[in-house]
Formats: sequence, C-alpha cells, structure tokens
Amino acid sequence: MADKRLDEATNTETVGHEWDGIEELNTPLPRWWLWTFYATIVFSIGYVVAYPAIPMVSKGTEGMLGWTSRGDLAKDIKATSDKRSELVAALAQTPIERLDPDSDLMRAAVAGGRAAFKVNCVQCHGAGAAGSKGYPNLNDDDWLWGGDLKAIHQTLEHGIRQPGDDQTRFSQMPAFGRDGILSAAEIADVVSHVRTLSDLEPKSAASQRGAVTFETQCSICHGPSGEGMREFGAPNLADAIWLYGSSRDDVTATVTNARYGMMPAWGQRLDPVTVKMLAAYVHSLGGGENFVEQAAEANAEPAEQETDATN
Amino acid sequence: METVLTRAGIWLVIFILAIAAMGAAADDGFAVHMGIVAIAALLALGVTVTRTDYAAVANGIIKAPADPSRYDDDPVRWGVIATVFWGMAGFAAGLFIALQLAYPILNLEPWFNFGRLRPLHTSAVIFAFGGNALIATSFYIVQRTCRARLAFPGLARFVFWGYQLFIVLAATGYLMGVTQGKEYAEPEWYTDWWLTIVWVAYLAVFVGTIVKRSEPHIYVANWFFLAFILTVAMLHIVNNLDVPVSITGSRSYPLFAGVQGALVQWWYGHNAVGFFLTAGFLAMMYYFVPKQAERPVYSYRLSIIHFWSLIFLYIWAGPHHLHYTALPDWAQTLGMVFSVMLWMPSWGGMINGLMTLNGAWDKVRTDPIIRMMVMSLAFYGMSTFEGPMMSVKSVNSLSHYTDWTIGHVHSGALGWNGMITFAAIYYLTPRLWNRERLYSLRMVNWHFWLATAGIVFYAASMWVAGITQGLMWREYGADGYLVNSFAETVAALHPMFVLRAFGGILYLTGAVIMVVNVWATIAGKLRTEKPMNDAAYDAEADRPLVPAMAN
Repeated sequence: MADKRLDEATNTETVGHEWDGIEELNTPLPRWWLWTFYATIVFSIGYVVAYPAIPMVSKGTEGMLGWTSRGDLAKDIKATSDKRSELVAALAQTPIERLDPDSDLMRAAVAGGRAAFKVNCVQCHGAGAAGSKGYPNLNDDDWLWGGDLKAIHQTLEHGIRQPGDDQTRFSQMPAFGRDGILSAAEIADVVSHVRTLSDLEPKSAASQRGAVTFETQCSICHGPSGEGMREFGAPNLADAIWLYGSSRDDVTATVTNARYGMMPAWGQRLDPVTVKMLAAYVHSLGGGENFVEQAAEANAEPAEQETDATN
Repeated sequence: METVLTRAGIWLVIFILAIAAMGAAADDGFAVHMGIVAIAALLALGVTVTRTDYAAVANGIIKAPADPSRYDDDPVRWGVIATVFWGMAGFAAGLFIALQLAYPILNLEPWFNFGRLRPLHTSAVIFAFGGNALIATSFYIVQRTCRARLAFPGLARFVFWGYQLFIVLAATGYLMGVTQGKEYAEPEWYTDWWLTIVWVAYLAVFVGTIVKRSEPHIYVANWFFLAFILTVAMLHIVNNLDVPVSITGSRSYPLFAGVQGALVQWWYGHNAVGFFLTAGFLAMMYYFVPKQAERPVYSYRLSIIHFWSLIFLYIWAGPHHLHYTALPDWAQTLGMVFSVMLWMPSWGGMINGLMTLNGAWDKVRTDPIIRMMVMSLAFYGMSTFEGPMMSVKSVNSLSHYTDWTIGHVHSGALGWNGMITFAAIYYLTPRLWNRERLYSLRMVNWHFWLATAGIVFYAASMWVAGITQGLMWREYGADGYLVNSFAETVAALHPMFVLRAFGGILYLTGAVIMVVNVWATIAGKLRTEKPMNDAAYDAEADRPLVPAMAN
C-alpha cells in the first residue's frame, strides 16, 4: 500500500491510498468553487424567503413578495384584456353587418379574429384557411351557406348540423345508395351527369340517363343546372371546387352515403365579440361578399336588427 | 448436482407459468411478452443443463472461472458487446425519429410511429446502452478497486441476462403499444417487477464484492456506483407502484393520480438523470480517467464534498420539470433552488476529472481516448450549468416544452454519457480480450471528431429551435393578440429539425466506426497505422489479491 508521497508534476501530496494503481491528491477545494457553492446557497435562502417555499400543515409559506403563479397569470391576462377593452366594447355595440370595411374597428376585429382563428379553427380549416377534404377552403368565393358578414356570423355562432342549437345550419342529403333510393346503376349514371356539369367527363349515354334522375332526385336542392342552393347548404356542382373530391369514386361515395359535415356552434364556446371577430376575419380572407340588405336596414336600431337577423 | 437440478427446476417452472400466462392472456401484448419470457426460460434451462461442467460441479466451483487468480470478467465482456449492440439500436432509432419529426411521412402506422418509437429510442439509449455500460463497467471496476473477484458469480450472470430480458420486454412492448405512459418508466407492471428482481440481484453482487474486498478503503467510483444502484432501486419501485387490471393482462393503473402522480413521476425522471446518467457515469469517469491519464485523482477532498452534496441535493430537484403547472408554488420553488445549488456539486466531478490531467495535458494531443474523456467532461460541465439555469423560473418560462430541453438533454446524453462510454469501451476492449492494443487508435480519433461535430449540430440546432419556438409561442402583435398558430411554429422549425437529423447521422457514423474497431479488436486484428499514444497495461498486475491458498 502506497503511503503519502509528493506528486512531482503538481507538487501536491497524495492521500496515501491506492486502488489498482490509482492514487488521490490531497488538493484543497478550489476556492472559487467553494465560494460559488456558498453563493448559490445564499441565493437559495433569499429566494425561499421571498417566494412561496416551505410546506406547512395546511399550506406552504407565501413568501415576502406575496407572489403566486396564479396571481401572476391573472395579472397578465388582465393587462391584455385592459388593452383590448375599448375595442371589445365598440365591437359589442356594433352589429356585424354595420362594420365599416374601411374602419379601424374592422381592422382591429380582423386582427383579433386572426388570433382566435389560429387557436380554434386551424385544426380543421388549416393554418392558411385553405381547408382540406371535408373542410371548406375559406379563401375562395364559393360559399355553402352564404359569404356576407351576417351569413358567416350566423354559421359561426350556431354551427353546422349542431344538435342542441335550434338555429344551426341544417340540411341532410339522402343516402341514395345506402337507403336504396337509387340502384347502383342509377347512381353511376347520376355521377356521370354530375361530372359532365364541370367538364370532368364528356357527355355520354350514361350521363343522359343520369340527367333525368338528377332532375327528379337532385335538382330540388342543387338546382336544375346543379349550381347549388345556399338555403340548403347545397354545393354548386357545376364549378371546379369539390369539398369531398371530384373523382368518380369520391362522387359515387357522396351520392351513395351522403355527407354530413359538421362545425361547432362557436356561440356556445366563445364570447360574442370573438365570434364577431372571427366572422370579420373569415370575411376578409378574400371571398367575402357584400351584405346586400345593408342599405335597407341601415337606419334600424341595433337591437331590432338582432331580431331581424333571426327571421 | 443438486444445484443444477434446482436451477433447472426453477427455469422449468418459469417456462410453464409463462406458457400458461400466454394462454390466459387478456391482450395480445401480454401474450407476446409471456412468449418471450417462455423462450428466455427455455434458453436458460438449456444452458443450465447442457453447459454444466460436471467435473467442475464435482469440485464445487460451479460457474466460477477456473483460475481464481484472474478477475471474473465474462459478464463484463458480454456487457461491452451488449453496450455496443444496444447503442447502435438506440442511435439508429434516434436518427429515425429525428427524421420523422422533419418528414412526418416516415411515421409508419401503427408500430413505427413517433409515439411508439420515441420511448424505444430513449429506453434503448438510457437503459440498454447506458445501463449495460454501467453494469459492465461497475463489475469491472469494483473487482479491480477491491482487488477481489465478483461475489455470487452465478447471480452476476443472472443480472446480465435478466437485464437483457428486461430490455427486450420493454422494447417489444413499446412497439405493440404496451406502455404505462410514464416518461422513462414506460414498461408495464410485470416488466417492472422483473427489473426489480434483477436490480436487487445486481445490488447483492455489487455490495457482496465490496464486502469481500482486499483493499482497506472503498474507492470513490464505488461510492458513486452504490449511490446509483440504491437510488435507482428506490426510484423504480416508488414510481412504478401500480395495480394490474388483471394478472394475465398487460394493463395497470398507478397508485398516485393527478398532480401527485406527476410529482412522483418527475422525482423519478429527474433522478434517473441524476443517479443513472450522472452518478453512475461519474463512477466510470473516476476510474477510467485516472487510469487512462495515468495520473492521481485531482482532489480527494473535492470528491468527498461533491459526492455528498450531489446526492443530497439531486433528489429534491425534480419539481423543476413541473414549473408553471398545477404543482403548488412552494414545490416549484424548492425544485428550482435545489437545482441552482446543484450547480457546483455537479461541477465538482468535472473539476476532479479535468484537473486529474494536471501533469499530463499533452495527452489530449496524443491520446484519442483521453481526448474523448476531456470532451465528455466538457459537455458534462456545460449541461450541468445549463440545467440549473433552465430550472430558474424566468428562464423556464421561455424554455419549457420547447426543443431547448431536447437540446439540453442531448448535449448531456451524447456528449457526457456517450463520450465517456465510448472511451470506457475503447479502454476495456483490448484488456478484456487480451489484445496488444485496439485495432486502430486512428479510428478512435475519427469517431471522436464525428461525434463531436454531430453533437454541435444537434445542440446548436435545438437551441435555435427551442428559443425560436419559445419566442413564437409568446409573441403578441401590436393589437394585443397572439401572432402564431402552433402549426406555424412547427413549420418554422423544419430547417432546424433537418440539421438535428444531420447531427444524428454524424453521431451514428462515428458509432459505426466504433463497431468496426471493437469487432476487429476482438477478432484479434491490428491495423497498420502511424501509432498514437495509449495508456500502458500490465496484464500480469491485473489480478485479484488471492489470500494465501488454503489448499
């Protein structure tokens, strides 16, 4: 067993132990190390005094600063909502259709709507609101249920096919195949006809037969020439936009089993001002239509307009 | 002979029970796992019956290597091979999930999606690669520093193979969706119970060897190993207290719920870092660095103070993983201040490692293994500063839930744990297989540079990604509304994710070079190359102290 010896390279004494050839020097603790360690302890004691730290019988110590993480969050939220309070008050008073497109209020509403959209809507409609199969693109001017501010607001507030909301947008296409209304051959013919409407297929004997079926079964909602009807949320079948796909398989699936797209009634989940902001934002995306009755109702009181809107 | 019969009987009973459990299984995952257990028991049975040297049995020294004047190194050799093998599996899984994050199309449902491969990666690198490295090196070091052969040689072999079974059960479970959903503690109840048995056996072998040591004092590496084994046992048991839904099914429910469950989970999770990845690897460092540098340990006093302060403070720091959550403020404060105080105790290990090179700094230039050890200690120092800093609540409010955490973990894992393990493997391989030297020291140098470059790409890209992410999440526009949607923050990180995967490719390439080197060394090949420095080895002196032979 090696005894204490002086290590030549470092001029330090060893402790005198040895394991498998490993010795240890008896170097004192580096001063900077020790003082930094002490400093972190002093900092910690100070921090423990200042902030909630020691668990007691029923709750922890509260700390001299009286800081709590919940309180901190509440303060932050209050600061933000104070900053927005003026805008919120103004928007609460203004009926959606009276929002002047060129006003600062509209710009602020669009900004707020953009933020709310990113939290609540992007999951289905996409970050750029371009949608995907089954979820409409909100940037174009093809609207299922109407694209003016008031119509968009109505859709947002009450949702689409939402049980429990009696003003929800509602319609239901029959499942022509599943429910046995049409045979598979008839459906194939109708699909051919529908696809000719937007020039996806040339006219054929099948599409001629399908046109007859379309006339009796489909035109009530989709219109005689397939241009759609907003009161039923029935899409325009004659344009290039296809919510559920335009391939033979997709269209056949739609006719056979129907579709039942849903959207939450945001009026039940978000405050009225946020819903208005969302309407303003979606309207601003590019396809927003003018509110045609605006002139007629311009003089009406806001409260009455609310009533009118529910007619 | 009776021992053989007893052991064979035990394996047979386990085999039959496993087959029965497989038949009665309530779900597929449990059935597959019991099938694996049955195969393992059958293999063990076969080994017990056929490999028994009946002459040796007659002599009453079953399973012990013939020559009592050599150390019992078989489990260490297997451990080195297992470490290299599982390391490759873990690194490859890591690279693949890094690519999945950059290119989501690589999510192959359902077995190879990110959710299942991520725990496969973390468990493979921490428990399979790191755990095998720890078990192998602890068996190697405890024998040398005690000048005694392993206590309970049969149990030591059970520890090795039992641990491999644990790894296989855990890994196949993840792919089949068998998980209790606790980070770094995903395996289900029966796998946990099995690990508990293996771990207690490990403790028995380790403590038994220390008890029968021929040295008057216990070397510092063994303090760290003992702290690691004991604390991991405690953490593992408490965090896995749960009630199986059925004893023939893989599901269970934890005893602790809600915020208590979260606190227990992160008490476990953080101390898995503290005692598995820090204390255990410091033990490796305390042996291999002075051996490779051929220098005395820098400061005995520092080793005492930093050992006790480290193990006392670490165990309290877990709540910093739950800042700004439902965890009460007082617990968050304590988690933070204990983490801040942990800074210097952690650095004590780095100082003791680096300063051990006093008088031998030239070896950083000439010895690639020393170079790896120095880089490892540098990353250890960096991540043990970064950790306390990120635990400070104001920093954490930016860093929490971001990729900064991932970068932090990997600078510690790839830099500290990986590099020190590679260095230990390069140290051990020629000595364990009685080779003159490694196949190639130049290839160690290549491994060093590839791994270092890989870590730099990984850590730098994740710092940028994490801070970008944190700032984008909290960005308010002039009108007082949040600016970014979550998907936009993810899209912004894409280039960083690609760079991270590139870093992973470099790191994995370095590891492939290690596989070739270790393989060729074991095969007994020597590469003709310009020599580099390596530590001397005297096989004759590498022996236990055998008390004057009684017979």
